[in-house]
Amino acid sequence: MDGELTRQTAADLAAAMAAGEVSAVEVTQAHLDRITAVDGSVKAFLHVAAERALAAARAVDEQRAAGAPLGPLAGVPVAHKDVFTTADMPTTCGSRILAGWQPPYDATVTRRLREAGMIILGKTNMDEFAMGSSTENSAFGPSHNPWDLDRVPGGSSGGSSAAVAAFEAPLGTGTDTGGSIRQPGAVCGIVGVKPTYGGSSRYGLVAFASSLDTPGPLARTVLDAALLHEAMSGHDPCDSTSLDAAVPPVVAAARQADVSGLRVGVVTELGGEGYQPGVMQRFTETVELLESLGAKIVELSCPHFAYALPAYYLIAPSEASSNLARFDAMRYGLRVGDDGVRSAEEVMSLTRAAGFGAEVKRRIMLGTYALSSGYYDAYYGKAQQVRTLVIRDFEAAFEQADVLVSPSTPTTAFRIGERADDPMAMYLADLATIPSDLAGNAALSVPCGLAPEDGLPVGFQIMAPVLADDRMYRVGAAVEAALQRRWGHALIDEARGLDGAGR
Amino acid sequence: MPITREEVAHLARLARLALTEEELDRFAGQLDVIISSVARVGEVAADGIPPTSQAVPVTNVFRDDVLVPCLGAAAALDQAPAAEAGQFRVPRILAED
Repeated sequence: MDGELTRQTAADLAAAMAAGEVSAVEVTQAHLDRITAVDGSVKAFLHVAAERALAAARAVDEQRAAGAPLGPLAGVPVAHKDVFTTADMPTTCGSRILAGWQPPYDATVTRRLREAGMIILGKTNMDEFAMGSSTENSAFGPSHNPWDLDRVPGGSSGGSSAAVAAFEAPLGTGTDTGGSIRQPGAVCGIVGVKPTYGGSSRYGLVAFASSLDTPGPLARTVLDAALLHEAMSGHDPCDSTSLDAAVPPVVAAARQADVSGLRVGVVTELGGEGYQPGVMQRFTETVELLESLGAKIVELSCPHFAYALPAYYLIAPSEASSNLARFDAMRYGLRVGDDGVRSAEEVMSLTRAAGFGAEVKRRIMLGTYALSSGYYDAYYGKAQQVRTLVIRDFEAAFEQADVLVSPSTPTTAFRIGERADDPMAMYLADLATIPSDLAGNAALSVPCGLAPEDGLPVGFQIMAPVLADDRMYRVGAAVEAALQRRWGHALIDEARGLDGAGR
Repeated sequence: MPITREEVAHLARLARLALTEEELDRFAGQLDVIISSVARVGEVAADGIPPTSQAVPVTNVFRDDVLVPCLGAAAALDQAPAAEAGQFRVPRILAED
């Protein structure tokens, strides 16, 4: 096949392998070579499983030679976020408390990747326990944005977004709790998708905020994201919040790429003040593009979205303070100060102090505060009521529009270190993504151009109702196709942060 | 109502976090800023609005009562910080006095 293997889409690689033009081993080796060449600069991976990946690729090649039925992504490599358990690779969640931990079982998402014949290249970096928007909260150091290595790749799924944007893998997995797939996708100039809550399994996903955590795909094209979405999703009896419903027809929708007659709602509250001018400019142009493609544009208001961010920073830390109580130094992970004299409680406190980073400690204490008697009603209880108001806003909006749109993030990628000492400034990165996490509906970020003032990618967010994930793929694919016709190439081809990676 | 250093020390005890003096100072300031900001939820959360704990509710999730293999002691203890006689070894849980 033409061109470097690592520049191909997952769909093209899968077709070439199915046609016998290239083997899974060759495709895997090409990506491992790319990781060797650039990951010293990008630092997307915490663990590269070269031997295991090649063995898995050989197995796929043998199955194909034997004429066994294979899935549509068989032999395609994937960068797997280090929050999913893997029985044959460490799982650290970017935390010292889990350094070197080898889980005893595979997450359902991990199992589905393997059953699809996909090749797990390794585990990708992330903000510790998925708390952050930059990967700077990883205990193992930040990943770097392939557009500009001095900038963050977003987070928490920033290792996966950086790996995909740096052509180290055609696909990556992520988890979205407040925007942790869409925001890194947006700032790395790739596609990031949060499926409907419950559409993808949380079993074996190390929990941050259980009522919000949603696994989803990262890819360089909308179709590739849809292919991974379909491969990793579906009902799982091991997750009691998993929806017993068919996966929406996202691949067909991505191929359809048609918006004629579709009502597209522009949410007034997600834009304007607090948003970078170049981000607003590209967003507005993309709305005009949709109109020119036959969509009907509706302006509408979701008045309670302004309260989604504060509600999120009460609900998510509350759930986290409870979920992270499992790191007690008794059954797995780090243990500090066990000298035969100290009590279990002292060992627990010393271990958690040594094993957790600053942001995790902040959120555990914030959640402990919000759930304390005397504060519960004023904080956690009110936040849950706001969650109802946000859901009602979505319900009203989806009566007037088939999908809602906004910028994915208020700004382009910020510099490493720029917001590290200001938690509230960091939290604002998720301003536009949080409402869909609170409401559980589906949302997708697709690249829509570069901000003129800094030349960095801007993401266009498309939100769809619960279990109507296919609708946002239709719109995302239409935007992607129209912009590529205009530019004559994919946006990611303009990334110049790495030597040899740009056009 | 500002968050005091003493309150942060209390929260840290509840959350089993042995924080340093320097951390207590830093977190007190930061938590105060965050909590005064998130308190805005009180502006719109009026009486009578039902709370949401799960956005896409699923009720009465049942499964057939069938035996499936479980982890097993060896796998469960494999990553333990300390194990003894096929069990987790933990620090003492009762005070000496």
